[in-house]
Amino acid sequence: MTVVEQTVVESRPMGDTIGIPFIDNAKFSLRNVDVFYSDKQAIFNVSLDIGKNEVMAMIGPSGCGKSTFLRCFNRMNDTIAGCRVSGSLKLEEQEINHPKTDVVPLRARVGMVFQKPNPFPKTIYENVAYGPRIHGLVSKRIELDEVVETSLQRAGLWDEVKDRLDAPGTSLSGGQQQRLCIARTIAVSPEVILMDEPCSALDPIATARIEELIAELSENYTIVIVTHSMQQAARVSNRTAYFHLGKLIEVNDTEKVFTNPGHQLTEAYITGRIG
Amino acid sequence: MDKLNLDQHISRQYNADLEDLRTELLEMGGLVQEQVRDSIAAISNADAELARRVIVVEDEVDSREVALDEHCTLVLARRQPAASDLRMVLAVSKITRDLERMGDEARKVAKMALALVEDGGNGQGYVELRHLGNSVLHMVDDMLNAFARFDVDTAMSVAKEDKLVDQEYKSATRELITYMMEDPRSISRVMNVMWALRAIERIGDHARNIAEHIIYLVKGLDVRHTSVSEMERQVNESGQQAS
Repeated sequence: MTVVEQTVVESRPMGDTIGIPFIDNAKFSLRNVDVFYSDKQAIFNVSLDIGKNEVMAMIGPSGCGKSTFLRCFNRMNDTIAGCRVSGSLKLEEQEINHPKTDVVPLRARVGMVFQKPNPFPKTIYENVAYGPRIHGLVSKRIELDEVVETSLQRAGLWDEVKDRLDAPGTSLSGGQQQRLCIARTIAVSPEVILMDEPCSALDPIATARIEELIAELSENYTIVIVTHSMQQAARVSNRTAYFHLGKLIEVNDTEKVFTNPGHQLTEAYITGRIG
Repeated sequence: MDKLNLDQHISRQYNADLEDLRTELLEMGGLVQEQVRDSIAAISNADAELARRVIVVEDEVDSREVALDEHCTLVLARRQPAASDLRMVLAVSKITRDLERMGDEARKVAKMALALVEDGGNGQGYVELRHLGNSVLHMVDDMLNAFARFDVDTAMSVAKEDKLVDQEYKSATRELITYMMEDPRSISRVMNVMWALRAIERIGDHARNIAEHIIYLVKGLDVRHTSVSEMERQVNESGQQAS
């Protein structure tokens, strides 16, 4: 089982990340985060703020810890045996990492979209209705219909599926399935959406749709996206964080990262050099 | 990050593409440098043959500009460069344009040389021409060296030299006006010299623009439309941050 610890040492330095990791009015404030898989340390003393309605992209080579770090944001690491997270992870005033934090409402506040679209083996309607129903967000069928319609509209899928809401979710194309998963995520009115490589299984057109959607969603939600596509990070995000071997090397405005990065490792990665 | 490590990409073809851009730009720079040198020699020594050669080379410079632009477009489309690579492609594209315009100005000087020869006079005796020409040639040499070595200090010195060239140009103009006042028959000849001086001064301006593009390429700083002292301040500041 995962052991969740709180070992915040006030005087501990906040890593040696360069750029602008800290901002005012942060939605997430993460301080001195370490993550271990059994004895192996995967994340080393990462401190970072993520702003309200900000799109934060996390990039870095495979195995650099960006997905591991993303999974700390809604305690998805709890499901991994031997995984231990320490440090302070605050979603506004709530300490995510506290043993008494209930992960069910936490995950309603912090939704997640995965690499491969994973609709439930249910109808399109039920895929979206499931969350609001189990969280008790709606009491009447008419309200539920409304939530389903709004969520599908926000995910840019409504027009394509409104005539076949009873068809199985799995009957949709890959890009549509991913938008269905996004609709499912936003149906429970989260504050934050985490996206772990949401477009890596999609073609360029479906990818462009999702990216367009990210831009629209960022007006209402905070979005944290892990991506292997540097161009995607450059297109969709406001700030970009570069991870290397479990360390947060640089956080800067996306424009700065892609035109004049401050750290040599960031430069080497985004320009395809031997780092 | 002063060292650009253009040859350190995982893709060797990408290394080759960027290296080709650099080489082609230096070749074009060499051509323009020769054009500038020849045009100044042609007007100073009333050498019509040399002046005609400057005008012919212009076509070659133009076609190199087109080729380099095409090459930049290809790299952008194929590689979607980022960071220093992106700055490299953008800088090469901008530098190419300034080089081409330097070539245009050299052509103007050559044409003035021909006009002076046809007039039966020459630029000899106009020490201003020789003096300003030497200063600008020095700037062009430095500018090409700065690009070849991605050297910000040399680029800065080009910007400083341009300030001096501007001052020299002003005083040369005043001097030439006195010639015209003294002897109105010389007006048309002195006017030709004046146009040539103006073209030479513009070559200096383009060399300064290129120096600014080099600073952008190496440091990522946009120092256009700033004074030399402000440029110096920004460059020093970024140097301190990097160290």
